[in-house]
Amino acid sequence: MADLRARFAGIELRNPFLLASGIWGESGESLKGAYEAGAGGVVTKSIGSAPRPGYPNPTIETYERFGFLNAMGLPNPGIEEYPREIAVARAAGVPVIGSVFGADADEFAKLAERMVPTGICAVELNLSCPHAEGFGSEIGQDPAEVEAVTKAVVRAVRIPVIAKLTPNTADIVELARAAERGGAAAVSAINTVRALAIDVRLRRPTLSHGLGGLSGSAIKPIGLACVWQISESVKIPVIGVGGIQTAEDALEYLMAGASAVEIGTAVAFEGIGVFGRLVADLSRLLDELGIPAAADAVGAAHHVAARSG
Amino acid sequence: MRSVCRVVERVQETPSTVTLRFEYPSVARPGQFVMLWIPGDDELPMSLSYVGPRKGVTIKVMGDTSRRIQKIPAGAEVGIRGPYGNAFDTDLDRVLVVAGGSGAAVLAPAAAAARERGAEVRVALGATTALELLFDRRFQEMGATVQRATDDGTIGEKGFVTGVAGRLLAEEPFDAVWTCGPEVMMQKVIRAAAPVGVPVFCSVERHMKCALGLCDACALGPLHVCVDGPVFPATALSPIPEFGAFKREPSGRRVPA
Repeated sequence: MADLRARFAGIELRNPFLLASGIWGESGESLKGAYEAGAGGVVTKSIGSAPRPGYPNPTIETYERFGFLNAMGLPNPGIEEYPREIAVARAAGVPVIGSVFGADADEFAKLAERMVPTGICAVELNLSCPHAEGFGSEIGQDPAEVEAVTKAVVRAVRIPVIAKLTPNTADIVELARAAERGGAAAVSAINTVRALAIDVRLRRPTLSHGLGGLSGSAIKPIGLACVWQISESVKIPVIGVGGIQTAEDALEYLMAGASAVEIGTAVAFEGIGVFGRLVADLSRLLDELGIPAAADAVGAAHHVAARSG
Repeated sequence: MRSVCRVVERVQETPSTVTLRFEYPSVARPGQFVMLWIPGDDELPMSLSYVGPRKGVTIKVMGDTSRRIQKIPAGAEVGIRGPYGNAFDTDLDRVLVVAGGSGAAVLAPAAAAARERGAEVRVALGATTALELLFDRRFQEMGATVQRATDDGTIGEKGFVTGVAGRLLAEEPFDAVWTCGPEVMMQKVIRAAAPVGVPVFCSVERHMKCALGLCDACALGPLHVCVDGPVFPATALSPIPEFGAFKREPSGRRVPA
């Protein structure tokens, strides 16, 4: 039996599969449910200073098996309300990474500070939502802002700070370097890829917000390339996100340099049982390949690439 | 993917309830719902009140959005995706249907399917007043027996439909109770059926966004109404403290049910 434990940024998880932010994370019961289904840990919905309903529906467009286009608009109950949901998950012993979004460094720092007493093991900064004016990637596309926000949060809290980066930029490596300079303990890559769908009969975008973000297997090769490039350029660990549906997808991310991975869209295709299946399948796959531990696979493809020149 | 469908018929069922019919050929079972999009406006989960190729949804005025949906004229185009969710098991011999207000919308096609299989169907139909009784004639025409209750006593028994349901449960054997209406009403139905040991199935409503089991907007305890429901056995709902107590706003904030 392969050892599946993931260790990065001072966090230890029973396996490398994290519930991605924005999936199932509105209620504490759901966070707990994802962990009970086999996830190594969970990332909360991104939480802001005040309750926010998000955009009107339609907020999602489906593309059969290869992904979703969504513009939820950062719905969340606000930092006053949300700690009670985290408490439900923490009471069940779930490792929780708290995701926050703010309009500036100061707001990020205040939100992170407010979340720490809930017992989160790390904070993930949403510097990458592609469809919310004044938030997410509007801040996260600028390396100077990424550095400033990260620095402010690192000063405010004693737990590891993870910067979640956007692929909607010319050079995601610059963003990762900025996060590292700011003191981030890790980066997550990637958030959704900016995208659009139009209903030709109605002559209008299908999402109420127009532009949205693409997730699912369609973006897996993009995420892999980002993780590959980032892990070659920074010393801090990387969490891989984007289109993982199988253990082989996850192992690709590990070999590209990810220390852990986040699962989102696959939950819609398979239900929350996807976590249990991924854990079992990864264990089998590692055994089959003669790799004793998931941690041994991290960055493995880089060594091969270096040797083969 | 979403289909654009033309509304082929608009029926004013009661002063506060309208049915929209549209051609949408996907196979659907009674109890399932679709996401109905009014282009330029909102998209909402709507239980199907007709499940054949010419499907229908029946909308009661609850707020601004439902008021705007009701005004959609025949000939207008709407977006439809689905059907989603689970269905009522209609393979039964004797069913008690307990409908409160617009709850009859999802129960009527289930009752019709049970009748087609030769089941005996009793309906306890409740509304605020006689004119608001939904699908009374439809239930009768499919051969179900209807007993009524209204808040103001303008037809049937004066009082809650749960009173009628309780009496029927005491008098006759049933294989199952199907209910849809306010959660407090459904809780009373569950309590009424418990002593006689008849299983109760409830169609539950929550705010929805994705309808795909991703976004958590419709979380109900450990359940997700969009993929685990909307039809739940009472045994799944009773242990959940939030059933009948609170719902979540689009932000996820808890508000009293």
